[in-house]
Amino acid sequence: MGARLDAAAAGTANYVDERTSIGGFVKFFARKLFPDHWSFMLGEIALYSFVVLLLSGVFLTAFFVPSMTIVTYDGPLATMQGVEMSEAFASTLHMSFEVPGGLLMRQIHHWSALLFTAAIVTHMARVFFTGAFRKPRELNWLVGFTLMILSLAAGFSGYSLPDDVLSGNGLRIIEGVFRSIPIVGEYASYWVFGGEFPGEILIPRLFTMHILLVPGLILVLIALHLFLVFLHKHTQYPGGGRTHKNVVGLPLFPVYTAKAGGFFFVVFGIVALVAAVFTINPVWNYGPYDPSPVSAGTQPDWYILFVDGALRLMPGWLFDIIPMEWELWGYTLSLNILIPAVILPGLFFGFVALYPFIEAWATGDRGEKHVLDRPRNAPVRTGIGVATITFYVILVMEGSNDIIANLFHLSLNDLTYFFRIGIFVLPALAFWITRRLCFGLQRKDRELVLHGKETGRIVRHEHGEYQEVHEPLTDDERWILVSYEDIAPLEIEPEFNDRGVRRKGYRWDRFKQQLSRIYFEKRISPVTPEELAEAQHSHH
Amino acid sequence: MNALARHRYHRAAPVVLVLLLLALVTGIAAAVSTASSADAATTTADDAAEGEKLFAANCASCHGLDATGTDGVAPSLVGVGAAAVDFQVGTGRMPMQASGPQAPAKRTQFSQEEISQLAAFVASLGAGPAIPTAEQVDPELGDAANGMELFRTNCAMCHGSVGGGGALTQGKFAPSLWETTPTHIYEAMLTGPQSMPVFNDANITPEGKRNIIAYIEAQDAGSPGGLRLGAIGPVAEGMWGWLVALGLIIASTVWIGARSS
Amino acid sequence: MSTTENPTSHESEQNPESFEDPGVPYHRPRRADVDPKAEKKAERQVAALFGVSIVGTIVAVGAYMVLDMTDEIESIRFTNMVIGLGIFLAMIGIGLGAIHWAKTLMRDHEMVEERHELRSSDEAREGAIQNLKDGAEDSGISGVKRRPLLVGTGVLALLAAPLAVLWPQIGNMGADWNTSNFGHTMWRKGTRLARDPDGTPIKASDVTIGSAFHVIPEGLNELEHHKIEEKAKAVVLLLRLDPRDLKIQEGREDWSFDGIVAYSKICTHVGCPVALYEQQTHHLLCPCHQSTFDVADGAKVVFGPAKRPLPQLPIAVDEEGYIVAQSDFHEPIGPSYWTRLKDTSDGLHADETEEGGH
Repeated sequence: MGARLDAAAAGTANYVDERTSIGGFVKFFARKLFPDHWSFMLGEIALYSFVVLLLSGVFLTAFFVPSMTIVTYDGPLATMQGVEMSEAFASTLHMSFEVPGGLLMRQIHHWSALLFTAAIVTHMARVFFTGAFRKPRELNWLVGFTLMILSLAAGFSGYSLPDDVLSGNGLRIIEGVFRSIPIVGEYASYWVFGGEFPGEILIPRLFTMHILLVPGLILVLIALHLFLVFLHKHTQYPGGGRTHKNVVGLPLFPVYTAKAGGFFFVVFGIVALVAAVFTINPVWNYGPYDPSPVSAGTQPDWYILFVDGALRLMPGWLFDIIPMEWELWGYTLSLNILIPAVILPGLFFGFVALYPFIEAWATGDRGEKHVLDRPRNAPVRTGIGVATITFYVILVMEGSNDIIANLFHLSLNDLTYFFRIGIFVLPALAFWITRRLCFGLQRKDRELVLHGKETGRIVRHEHGEYQEVHEPLTDDERWILVSYEDIAPLEIEPEFNDRGVRRKGYRWDRFKQQLSRIYFEKRISPVTPEELAEAQHSHH
Repeated sequence: MNALARHRYHRAAPVVLVLLLLALVTGIAAAVSTASSADAATTTADDAAEGEKLFAANCASCHGLDATGTDGVAPSLVGVGAAAVDFQVGTGRMPMQASGPQAPAKRTQFSQEEISQLAAFVASLGAGPAIPTAEQVDPELGDAANGMELFRTNCAMCHGSVGGGGALTQGKFAPSLWETTPTHIYEAMLTGPQSMPVFNDANITPEGKRNIIAYIEAQDAGSPGGLRLGAIGPVAEGMWGWLVALGLIIASTVWIGARSS
Repeated sequence: MSTTENPTSHESEQNPESFEDPGVPYHRPRRADVDPKAEKKAERQVAALFGVSIVGTIVAVGAYMVLDMTDEIESIRFTNMVIGLGIFLAMIGIGLGAIHWAKTLMRDHEMVEERHELRSSDEAREGAIQNLKDGAEDSGISGVKRRPLLVGTGVLALLAAPLAVLWPQIGNMGADWNTSNFGHTMWRKGTRLARDPDGTPIKASDVTIGSAFHVIPEGLNELEHHKIEEKAKAVVLLLRLDPRDLKIQEGREDWSFDGIVAYSKICTHVGCPVALYEQQTHHLLCPCHQSTFDVADGAKVVFGPAKRPLPQLPIAVDEEGYIVAQSDFHEPIGPSYWTRLKDTSDGLHADETEEGGH
């Protein structure tokens, strides 16, 4: 039996290899090494929740009718009897209430959409804080960034498909934002909605975008993202034997096939559990879209919430006297919408996308970086990261201010006033505190290297002095604490050469130097062997 | 809730804490329950006389002995009707204990009999809406589908799509309706207490009001999708997505990444 | 700043400038590596987890086949929950089993693989450049036999060609592009204000002080086409205040009736229905972004991101006592747009002004 199976396997392998030369690929991939760390699995969560989205999405397309044709409901749901609604909404009710497991699939789909976007953001944060975006991975950061934007598009288009009151009001907000764009705004609105809002064509258009265009692009970019991961080989945390020129880890086959493969099932399982127990997007509560009603708690899914928060934060009248909507030469410019909904997200995402390049200007480093930074060893970067997250979280909280106000019996007006100031103050504060914390941790590391670990054992010396015994670090432990790069601010050539001629490109260099000073003017250098020897000497 | 979901809680002890915390935060924790039941007792002149005594002792300090109100402190109660008294006193909103953005519901200080007497007294001061009969508020007789349409148009903007409550300006709020009795819901619509507008019978017919009550009562069956996370929409869902779904998965990555002993 | 810093490269005699890389740490054996009992136990655990998965699959499929989902909420919830928990077990069993297998029983000696700089070799780069040059020369894009005419017209044609497809496509997507529709609604002189959603007209006597009526134009529900688009623009809030509280706006002295006022329900910020009416403060709050309007004072903005007051619908009372519109809104309702001021009018539709002229 075994021999026959082996022969069959060999035969199949031979058949395929003769037609594809797959043997070379398998030889190459099977023993490819991956470093082991929990934080390297965050991107996998995003990938696997996307697979779950595809699987559950196929189920949903079998029942969903992307049409805005009005029908009268005649199904099991008592609160909808005889109500007029679009076919899109009716088919959503049908798959939820009449298809066994249909509601479960909807909930799996929606929960994994929330998870998909959350995992992408968490993965980006990991890449950011460890400096994994540095050369040669800047382009892959951009690919990942584009995937993040596409995930927002996928999420928002899907959220709008059931054609319920909640998502309909969301679309109306989007329409209002389109209109605010100078000159072309009203035409952009007509273009998207196929005429006046809401029209009769939007749901079919969103459907195509949601099940074909956006997921197709996501698939292509995931392939590119993973190809580049393979090409670059994975980054690794600092440690013994880990350099910028090697990768230390366990092979793809069998260890990571089992671990990463098994992890897919873990992600799917947990999403199924959450979907089995917790309701998500109960559209039957909101009812079919009608432009008149609205309910308290009208918010988008979490990943769009920051835009909603920005819209809430922006005053229509600055200090109650300066209007934020201008009427110029008979035309209307709505800064109260443009700034929070167009300009601010543009700047925010632009900064995120370009960050690797900004930091590269500051370091002036041209080498490939494959060993990750411990976040404390890049205090300014870590500070910027925490400040960015703080900024984002304030917008999300302002987007939830009515919920917060209601839960904690606060005034939503006071919350808004607080966040209006907080959006400027708190990120700066977060940056300052984080940078200080990083320096503190670096100093602690130096202490550890120089004086060893506290053991808690007190000994009495011959001359009567009590002293705690410090145990020196092992070579491996010490290496992790001292092996970071000590980057000094850029030195640039003078403005004028020896003949007094102004150098071309001086201003750009000066900009980079100033940037570099922000990053590295204040820094804590790793302990050198000399310092250690001195410290040990003074001890004895 | 069924047994299977409960079972999960016992097994995963650390998760229980997170879940409880979340439950509290998303407002699943039950609101203060209101006691009285709907019985529109017939009132007599004696009741009004008893009510006048109760009024003088408990209400007159703000509303005045003749119930015509005090400027800037309390409104006149002439013509507000028995329904307003039954609602305000029956839900514990009156007598007010402390001034704040609005008078919150609390344990009522009076028996149903005393409330009826107070109501009879105030009703005797001028014509106003009466306390609805049991039949007028019987959810069994209502049409939940029509109730939902009316609720969506007239109520959901403040009370949320299924009556879970919501915030208003300057610390005021529209309370959750899940623990409110049908009679009190009816009276609130009729009289427009505090910030709430009036929905007289010309605006929402008595049948319409009963349909709305039927819709709110239908929420007792819960959500077909499982626990409803306070039914406050995407903010709660997002928070649970991050804390529970992503939290559990990241916990498992830590296990995967940890070296086996 | 050296590019690829090798910590061992700058060693001096006494104290090197930097520490020496201690190298990959020794492999510590796991319990299952040294203890056959532990190995057996791990094997049993993995098998048990795979068993859990099989049970889960049976639960999910069994629940689908056996459970009879009725119209009851409880039954729908139960069916979905059992299938979901079955899927959970089916998936998590495989996942935990495979990972446990990898963690305890698969070889975990760390291995080292060298990286190679991503940059191609100089030779390869030169070859690439030469190939491109050759190709450019062969084609006449550059080199001795340059054909600038072909290159120029070719590029132009390529740039223009997408228009042939995009222009009609984009052109068709905006229907009639008649954005002046933003400027008017279906309200006309004499249209009765009706209850939303049932469409019955409202008498002035129905609107008591403190009341809030959600209003649509009478006849909206009977529209054959564009009912929802018209509703999206025409919805109105009808409120009655104590006339003493109402500050009548200049030029709008006859737009209200005995404390009854009608304002567009569509927010001037981004178009949500502004529907939260606090009858004591006369404030209208938008639940989407919390713009707050003071109905007692011309619906002016008192808080939030909106800048303009809500447009007011001039109303009157007809002979039968019903509330009617005097005209359409005198300005476009809802969010601002570039040419909004061009669409601002006296509220009369073209057909009405013509009639007036005769």
